[in-house]
Amino acid sequence: MNTAIQCEQLTKRFGDRVAVNSLTLTVPRGSIYGFLGPNGSGKSTTIRMLCGLLTPTTGKGTVLGFDVMSQSEEIKQRIGYMSQKFSLYEDLTVEENLDFYAGVYRLGAGERKERKAELIEMAGLTGREKQLAGSLSGGWKQRLALSCALLHKPELLILDEPTAGVDPVSRRIFWDVIHELARQGITVLVTTHYMDEAQTCDWIGFIFFGNLLAEGTPQELIDRMGVGNLEDVFIDLVRQEEARQAAGEGVR
Amino acid sequence: MRHFVWERYWSVVKKEVIQIKRDRPSLAIALVMPLMLLFLFGYAVNTDVNDIQMAVWNQSPSAASRELVDQFVNTRVFEVAAHVSSYKEIEAMLDDGSVNVALIIGPDYTRKRDRNEPVDVQMLINGSDPNIARTATSQAQLIVQHQAITLQEMKLQKQGLGELEQPLGLDTRVLFNPNMESIVFNIPGLIGLIMQNVTMILTAFSLVREKERGTMEQLIVTPIRPLELMLGKITPYVGVGLFSFCLVLLVGTYWFGVPIKGSISLLVTLSVLFLVTTLLLGIFISTVAKTQLQAMQMAFAFILPSVLLSGFMFPRDSMPLVIQWLGGLVPLTYFLEILRGIFLKGVDIDALWKDVVGMSSFCLLILTVAILRFRKKIE
Ligand SMILES: Nc1ncnc2c1ncn2[C@@H]1O[C@H](COP(=O)(O)OP(=O)(O)OP(=O)(O)O)[C@@H](O)[C@H]1O
Ligand SMILES: [Mg+2]
Repeated sequence: MNTAIQCEQLTKRFGDRVAVNSLTLTVPRGSIYGFLGPNGSGKSTTIRMLCGLLTPTTGKGTVLGFDVMSQSEEIKQRIGYMSQKFSLYEDLTVEENLDFYAGVYRLGAGERKERKAELIEMAGLTGREKQLAGSLSGGWKQRLALSCALLHKPELLILDEPTAGVDPVSRRIFWDVIHELARQGITVLVTTHYMDEAQTCDWIGFIFFGNLLAEGTPQELIDRMGVGNLEDVFIDLVRQEEARQAAGEGVR
Repeated sequence: MRHFVWERYWSVVKKEVIQIKRDRPSLAIALVMPLMLLFLFGYAVNTDVNDIQMAVWNQSPSAASRELVDQFVNTRVFEVAAHVSSYKEIEAMLDDGSVNVALIIGPDYTRKRDRNEPVDVQMLINGSDPNIARTATSQAQLIVQHQAITLQEMKLQKQGLGELEQPLGLDTRVLFNPNMESIVFNIPGLIGLIMQNVTMILTAFSLVREKERGTMEQLIVTPIRPLELMLGKITPYVGVGLFSFCLVLLVGTYWFGVPIKGSISLLVTLSVLFLVTTLLLGIFISTVAKTQLQAMQMAFAFILPSVLLSGFMFPRDSMPLVIQWLGGLVPLTYFLEILRGIFLKGVDIDALWKDVVGMSSFCLLILTVAILRFRKKIE
């Protein structure tokens, strides 16, 4: 099987508001899938449904072959997730946070030591093991969160705006790690508002008002829209959709 | 549901211990608050009625009338606050609350006594506090009756008829709390009530805090099971609660002088059961509340019924049956029986097994409800 995520007609309503509207998308295994869209377009909501944090209102979806409605616990064992807001314990140190999640993911003593060393090294957190997570600056916090999400060697990594508010150097380091993970065969679903990051993804999905407007490789999208770069794709798609909706309302 | 994984449970325990240690102010409150409350309420909740303030209007001063007043004072139930000389003064003092009763000895008291004629004395009682009024009435009645019998005996002796023999007597002996001091009865109850409130609030915050800080989101994308999380969260607090319970116990026995008649190890064992129950109750609140403020309000909403229904304030036997059943939904009810039984009567498990079963059932019930309530979702 070579799809990591597959969803059909996935919909989430909060009361009257439709946050995600009949979303159908496929993420191939081993690829980096960039999930783009303006604020409030439904990216986080989609991700939360895939992780089992929210129950879809209607629709179908599988993650790593498991059903999102009924097998969310199987999914949780196999994915790594970084939420948009820092959600590790600020009153624990770097090492204590890693230890806690290592225990929760049932890493044996030897494996735990090895993974911790590897990840601290990878994230460049060496020397900060005893620092409280709350006192780390933005970029370091994100790298710690990534380390915690990777402890149990997940097959699929889901990152919700991992580089928001992070300086360019840290962003570069972060994306180097993401590409390295993809080379090792891990599938990555990542949301971002930075088009330079999106440019390096294998696939792009563009979502607006809960609808998937376009999907393809970055180059395909640029060619299809007949523009120079991804940023223009983004802006054109938003303008087109807004014009379409305004016209729709005018008719009504 | 798959089986319980000790490693995950243990990770939660370790994490909570670190967090509790770093949160010094909360830890201090958990340890010191019960002591403070016990000191405060130990003195406040005193239902013994002593030294009822009394105004005396003696219109017939003499050795005989003064003897009667002395009889009142000697019981230590009444204390003479003022000597007055008119109804007006008495009314004023009853109105402003400086006295609760007034004893009025009429002008012909001495004369009638000298002639061995029957005579009445009058007592005015402020009935607004029924507890004080009842004590005053019955005590005054006893004192006067006692005095009347003494006088009658003297009269008979004078007439040469010898001793007055009472045809019927009552020989009472009070077991367990021979001086009938209310503090001896109240301290064990207070210990239970205080421990319930403090421990419940400790855990009521725990899950809600994670929701508010957003750490819950990360936690619920892991394979952790609700039972592992909840038990892991209460375990360190059982330690904190037990330590605090022992402090309170020491103050109860040494400061307030309420001895423990029964087995201390039984008391401590059953207290652990009680602490687990109230901590789980806190966790349950935590699964319902969305914010720490809500959790606080819910905890307080539980405190009032537990004071009223558990038998802490009013004896449960005299409550309507339905209310007694409702009291069965409050774990404090069972613990009060246990505490009072062990403290005052020195009973052992044979006499308490029903309460132990009741409390354990409640404990399992609340755990089940909490687990069913807890969703690994963020909605
Ligand atoms: N729990 C909720 N209850 C009600 N409405 C919600 C809830 N969560 C999200 N929404 C709404 O759903 C819509 C989609 O939100 P979502 O967070 O998925 O957007 P997003 O694409 O992640 O935006 P951003 O780029 O700002 O992170 C928004 O209009 C938001 O207000
Ligand atoms: Mg978002």
